[in-house]
Amino acid sequence: MVVKLSGGVHFGQNRIIDNEKFEMGDTRDSVSLKRIVFVTVGTTCFDALVKAVDTLEVKQELTRRGYTHLLIQMGRGTYVPTKAAVSLSGSCHVFAESLVVKFTNGIQMFVKLIKFCTTGIRGKEKDACISSIRNKPKSSKIGVMEFFHYRNFIGASSVAALTKSTLSLGEDGLMAVDYFTFSSSIADHLRSASLVISHAGSGSIFETLRHGKPLIVVVNEDLMDNHQSELAEELAARKHLYCAHPQSLHQVIAGMDLESLLPYQPGDATPVAKLINRFLGFPDD
Amino acid sequence: MMNLLSVLQMDRFTPRFYIAAATDNMSLQKARVFEDSLLHKKVIKGSSAQFMQIYRSREVGQSYVTSVWTTLLATTHALWLMVKIRPQVVLCNGPGTCIPLCVIAFLFKVIGIRWSSIFYVESIARVKRLSLSGLLLYKLCIADQFFVQWPQLQRKYPRAHYVGCLM
Repeated sequence: MVVKLSGGVHFGQNRIIDNEKFEMGDTRDSVSLKRIVFVTVGTTCFDALVKAVDTLEVKQELTRRGYTHLLIQMGRGTYVPTKAAVSLSGSCHVFAESLVVKFTNGIQMFVKLIKFCTTGIRGKEKDACISSIRNKPKSSKIGVMEFFHYRNFIGASSVAALTKSTLSLGEDGLMAVDYFTFSSSIADHLRSASLVISHAGSGSIFETLRHGKPLIVVVNEDLMDNHQSELAEELAARKHLYCAHPQSLHQVIAGMDLESLLPYQPGDATPVAKLINRFLGFPDD
Repeated sequence: MMNLLSVLQMDRFTPRFYIAAATDNMSLQKARVFEDSLLHKKVIKGSSAQFMQIYRSREVGQSYVTSVWTTLLATTHALWLMVKIRPQVVLCNGPGTCIPLCVIAFLFKVIGIRWSSIFYVESIARVKRLSLSGLLLYKLCIADQFFVQWPQLQRKYPRAHYVGCLM
């Protein structure tokens, strides 16, 4: 559901299982002012990053650096960020309309929750829930946790939408925050972002570097045998991105100089092909 | 892996069998998309690719005790697949999914039947240390050619070939 407000700021409906593109905002009226920060944790659970991004310090630093929108892809995380949508003018009219939007969002979420509890989930949502359960080690406890996570997500969204809308407006300054769990492809979000803050997965890192976007990689310290940090540190040493920990994120944002980042040249697999061909006795091309 | 396949001549490497872990939903999809794009670009004439799944020796976080059983299961499955496919080239990029297949291919080589060349490409995320799969294949000399993507690894493991980042 998309509601057009005066001043040209759109509020998109938060999708829990996101197979469709998530609509964030209208670029027609505010294209010069809109700078999106896209936060991604891939398919992992990285609550520490989502929490860090949700803090006042980080949001203030981002606002100070000129970013206006924050879009968080939270993956399997259980921490729900504060959803705040603030128009740049902050007029009472916008405030009232946003309350209506959040109220109707909340009602829809509540209906979904009732449906979920009574009839079970179906279709795309069922597949997504099942695949997320299947990807975890076998345990019925996990299944129950997924259920509560899903339910809490709906519950939290609706309650948060109703109660926090009055509190969060204006609290976070001018930063508009929104989030979703998964998307079939984050390429569109990467393309429209001005800054990407990502977990240290090699897929996310290289996809962002291929799009040529400034990147801050945050290493998940809770992971055992954290070899991912090797890749982040190596690329940071080669000045292709910035590396941070959840606690030091706001300092890195404050001190980063995006002009000094070197563009990453995509790799070339032809040396491997040559070696393989030579070994197998094929003639060189 | 897809980057590498796109620079290999498809007519030399055919028919192609893609094998992914049974719990992996995304990799075979990517492989299918790649094969479809080859058909589209008319690089190949007919679709000769097959897509299969193999049991994993060990899931992330699985206890080592139960891993013994699942590894045996995976090895038996690998044996079945190898006999069925009889590949001449095994191209793998880890993780542990490829180990049973490589071990079986190596055993066949040792006893003199179905001689397969085994090529292993270590993950780009491995900068200073090899993965467990990589270590096994390197130390036991199972892989015929062992490729690493960062120079630090080549210095540490001299028999490896440094090929730069593939991504």
